[in-house]
Amino acid sequence: MDSSSTEPVIVVENLTARYGDVTILEDVSFEVRRGERFMILGGSGCGKSTLLKHMIGLIKPSAGRVIINGIDIARADEEALHRVRSEIGVLFQADALFGSMSLAQNVALPLAEYTDLPPELIREIVRMKLGLVHLVGYGNHMPAELSGGMRKRAGLARAMALDPTFLFFDEPWAGLDPVTAAELDILIRSLNEGIGTTMVFVTQELASIFSLAERAIMLHKDTKGIIARGTPAELREKSTDPRVLHFFNRQAD
Amino acid sequence: MEEMETTGYRLSVEGKAGEEATIRLAGRLSLDDLEPLMADLQAIPGRLKPRRLSVDLAGVEYLDSAGALALIELENLARSLTIPFDLLNASGTNHGLLSLIDREALQRPPLRPESVRPAVVEKLGELARRQYRDFLEIMSFVGELMVALAYSLAHPRSVRWEEVKFYMKRAGADGLPIVALISLLLGLIMAFMSSLQLKQFGANIYVANLVTLAMVRELGPIMTAILVAGRSGSAFAAEIGTMVVNDEVNALVTMGFDPIRFLAVPKVLATMVVVPILTVYADLFAILGGLIVGITGLDLTFFTYIQQTKSSIRVFDFATSLVKAVVFALLIAGIGCQRGFKVKGGAEGVGTSTTSAVVSAIFLIILADSAFAIMLHYIRQ
Repeated sequence: MDSSSTEPVIVVENLTARYGDVTILEDVSFEVRRGERFMILGGSGCGKSTLLKHMIGLIKPSAGRVIINGIDIARADEEALHRVRSEIGVLFQADALFGSMSLAQNVALPLAEYTDLPPELIREIVRMKLGLVHLVGYGNHMPAELSGGMRKRAGLARAMALDPTFLFFDEPWAGLDPVTAAELDILIRSLNEGIGTTMVFVTQELASIFSLAERAIMLHKDTKGIIARGTPAELREKSTDPRVLHFFNRQAD
Repeated sequence: MEEMETTGYRLSVEGKAGEEATIRLAGRLSLDDLEPLMADLQAIPGRLKPRRLSVDLAGVEYLDSAGALALIELENLARSLTIPFDLLNASGTNHGLLSLIDREALQRPPLRPESVRPAVVEKLGELARRQYRDFLEIMSFVGELMVALAYSLAHPRSVRWEEVKFYMKRAGADGLPIVALISLLLGLIMAFMSSLQLKQFGANIYVANLVTLAMVRELGPIMTAILVAGRSGSAFAAEIGTMVVNDEVNALVTMGFDPIRFLAVPKVLATMVVVPILTVYADLFAILGGLIVGITGLDLTFFTYIQQTKSSIRVFDFATSLVKAVVFALLIAGIGCQRGFKVKGGAEGVGTSTTSAVVSAIFLIILADSAFAIMLHYIRQ
């Protein structure tokens, strides 16, 4: 493998996450490489979303570090953090589109904040981004007027507005029908391969794990940490841990 | 041949006007330099008017979708001038990115035109229609609430008394400190201001009458009601509104609950109990405020002030003030819940409804108070 594809761009080192006295994650370490589709798996309540919130800098770790592109985001100053934020896009589980703004205004918001482009150029970029997620012509619609799948794609367009180096997805398939979910998979894959964006997913959706993930880690609430790592196929075929097998074979514990 | 230098990308053009031309691009074609890149590229076809235009991407280190957009716009411009256009040496990823962009999407107009600002007449009509609809909604809610309250009276066991207690604490006990403080200060101010005038006539003792009458008859119920509207009416609207947005109200309906009986009745009952009590406290604290001014500033004794206070009001005044408080409570809680139930959309809808709950409640309080003033005038005679 050449060096560019194994170069770690997101490094999580000995991360410990606590809410008050409750420890959610303990001593979690892993790396995400440039351009890969990386998945964080695990059952409900295992701390996947908490881990994601630490990785995008919404919560500061109780101990350990999260390094994105060489910057420790928990200790970075405002300016560095602002720069890192412009390099990451996040698609939240509940799409998080601003209900009072049209789709075009939603996508234009980060562009207006982070660039000095004239309005007509921003409008053109917005049209292109909506085209990328197959929402041509929906710029003046309000989020409430769209279906769940369309809102998800609009959220993706907004997350990609600044051509981020990193895209984080929190349960992007939640609430989507299988066909829409499969279409989203194709879209995500083509964006990943076309633009080379590094993508991190938090999910428990088996079908999408196998169609998209290149590498994955699996968390478990009992150990408060990683119980398995590897490609999805490795986890399913080679793991001897019953907790991993149950997850991948959709069995009750 | 000419060369341009900017921070991110390097651009050079080979070829003479009217002949085949090649644009060589190198470096980073990214969002950061989109504006100059776009301007540079768009100027070339018009200036050179080449027979054929090629863009060589061999030196490009990084291309994002904004850079790709600039290339596609150049291609569109060349096409519109009927100049044949080629992209040379695009790397695999760059090629993938360029093919992802939907060229048609850049041209196609939106399915819906941008909303235009309506004319004055249109706005006026819309406003009138909205007010009318709002009126109908409130009327139908009042009807439903009355039915639900009557049902609760007939079936006291159906009321969720735990909830009633919870909201009594929220709207009542938790609101007492601010009601007490504001009333005390109001009493102080009234006594102080009136004493400045009354002193001139040696009528210091009437400060007690003024404070007591004004507070018990008018200001006590109104001040308390306005504070409760701001504290609790808004909270009711926000709480129910958020439940509507999160489908929690729909969940109640599907489980066979009447949302009004389940959500609104406990709030309304609790408010109707605590507002009169808060009003009594407001009256007492205002009288205390007057007393402080009377003793410290007007050389009145504690005993004379209290005597004067007692003689200045009748039980009738006190009783009507409590009736007013109950009516105000019904208005505050009712409008708060109604505004909550009619929330549409998301976070913004909740905000609008909360504001509207407070504004409408205060408006209705003043309206009801005016009605009481006229009614009581004739009853007193």
